[in-house]
Amino acid sequence: MSDPVNHSRRRFLEKSAAVGAVTIAPGILLHQVASAKPDEQAVSSTVRWGMLINTTKCEQGCTDCIDACNTEHGLVGNNRPESDTQYIRKVTLRDKQTGHELSLPLMCQHCETAPCVDVCPTGASFKRKDGIALVDKHICIGCRYCMMACPFKARSFVHEEVRNQTLSAPRGKGTVESCTMCVHRVDKDQIPACVEACGKGKHEAMVFGDLNDPNSEISKELEKHGGKQIRADLQLNTGVRYQGI
Amino acid sequence: MKKIEYTEIEGKSLAYWGLLGGLGLIMLVGLLAVWHMEHEGHYVTGMTNQIVWGMPHVFAVFLIVAASGALNVASIASVFKKEEYEPLARLSGLLAIALLAGGLVVLLLDLGRPDRLIVAMTYYNFKSIFAWNIILYTGFFAIVGIYIWFMMDHSMYRFKKQAGFAAFVWRLILTTGTGSIFGFLVARSAYDAAMMAPMFITMSFSFGLAIFILVLLASYHWTGRELGDEIVARLRNLLGVFVAAVLYFVAVYHLTNLYITEHHGVEKFILMEGGQYTKVFWIGQIILGGLLPLALIYAPAVRNSRKTLTLICALVILGGLATMYTIIIGGQAYPLEIFPGYEVSSNFFDGVVNNYTPSPYEIALGIGGVAVSLVIVAFVIKVLPFLPTSLADKQSN
Repeated sequence: MSDPVNHSRRRFLEKSAAVGAVTIAPGILLHQVASAKPDEQAVSSTVRWGMLINTTKCEQGCTDCIDACNTEHGLVGNNRPESDTQYIRKVTLRDKQTGHELSLPLMCQHCETAPCVDVCPTGASFKRKDGIALVDKHICIGCRYCMMACPFKARSFVHEEVRNQTLSAPRGKGTVESCTMCVHRVDKDQIPACVEACGKGKHEAMVFGDLNDPNSEISKELEKHGGKQIRADLQLNTGVRYQGI
Repeated sequence: MKKIEYTEIEGKSLAYWGLLGGLGLIMLVGLLAVWHMEHEGHYVTGMTNQIVWGMPHVFAVFLIVAASGALNVASIASVFKKEEYEPLARLSGLLAIALLAGGLVVLLLDLGRPDRLIVAMTYYNFKSIFAWNIILYTGFFAIVGIYIWFMMDHSMYRFKKQAGFAAFVWRLILTTGTGSIFGFLVARSAYDAAMMAPMFITMSFSFGLAIFILVLLASYHWTGRELGDEIVARLRNLLGVFVAAVLYFVAVYHLTNLYITEHHGVEKFILMEGGQYTKVFWIGQIILGGLLPLALIYAPAVRNSRKTLTLICALVILGGLATMYTIIIGGQAYPLEIFPGYEVSSNFFDGVVNNYTPSPYEIALGIGGVAVSLVIVAFVIKVLPFLPTSLADKQSN
């Protein structure tokens, strides 16, 4: 025997759901507009995307971030380490005085005053208003002056025919490339692949966010515990900061 | 001063066509090398993500620097009013254009995308010293071209002085631009010195004049024209001053770096512990390219020997290539100081001296560029009156 339907209760629930939907929906929509930028909307300098890396949490020998980056951008090596592309690499540092060792991921630091952008003859190396440094592969002539100028050796030249390309990260033989801070993901309100992988691996050594927003996790963490720039003496105001160095 | 008579060279001998054919063959080999590099990708060269500029850049920068220096002889005549140099001014201008063309061909064909030349000519980032250089090179062709035209066209001859002055100023700016390509790289220990610009200008005087003397000696010897001892002695003494000036600048550059603690590492590398780079610096740049030619220039026993002068010029050119090798490749081989105070290691060659072995393709491209320059000179002096019929002593006085 089935339970008799309580019609008044059902009507109440339906109305509540409708009212709830009407109340919440604009919020959800507004939220989407605020964070995931539609394609036709220009990038704004109100945002400065950045990364914070806690080297005390970064495990030596772990390559989760590198693997994720390679998968995301379709980077496959040709067994030629000197000319194969690397967007992100793990560097081991040993203090000459104390012998203290630490490991950290190093990639394009997305400098505010980027030497690569300054030296590029055609303007192929450029910065988005939100702080992400990129290469326009349509006008890169492959002169490699940006690679000479980069203080972090963050850029690679595509030395041979590319294979395994992904739709979201086009590459081209004879042009220069580097970490894009996963701009294709960031524009869809996702975090960069390396940061996501580091979190999944439970290391959580990397935080991504808006450096201009005082309420973002990255800004709060930087305010609380600080973070250093690599080659701070060059005064490039890098978008990637490090703790524990 | 007597009117100077200029005539085209005959250019009908087997030797002349043999020369053109030989140079053409070298250019063909260079083009094949380029085809291979561009088809396969740059991995077939010795260049990597660590040594991003290699042998093509050694040749290209050398030729571009020498180009502005080759114009010196013309400048001495028109700007500094030394009439003895006047008969040589046309050849000086021609050689300047030819060397620049050769250097640019090498630079262009080494690009990852040489097919995008039109992009390089139409998209400019005016903060880039490279972009300035593109404008400076194009301007150099135009200004020196006009200068040569004014020298050769009687109706325009009265403007020759102004054109010569413009060309002189332009060449100084051009070499400043070339030197600054390296001078403004703040992150690299070997390069962050504004002194690169004046040092490159001095080098241009020396390398350019050495090539000029060689071309002059060869073209007069092969065509059987007279070339007086007096003008040769003048050029030889001038080369001595320039070689000494280059040594002076190199010494000051290294002494300055030795005083700055953060540059001790790179100085120790180039001067003492850099293996091939240390050898190229001391043996190639300083001894063979500097001290030995200087000693030979002023040695009384060989004062009037043309063969010795040929050797001197060859040594200066060899030293010039060694200088470019030390600056361009040695400067990149020394590891970038990304984390001062730390020992650094990674699978991307951080903290280690970078390896570089020039590939035959790169060398073929570089030598191909030299051949381009020489072909231009050999061809143009056949079709246009660039060389004085005689440069016998009485004539040059």
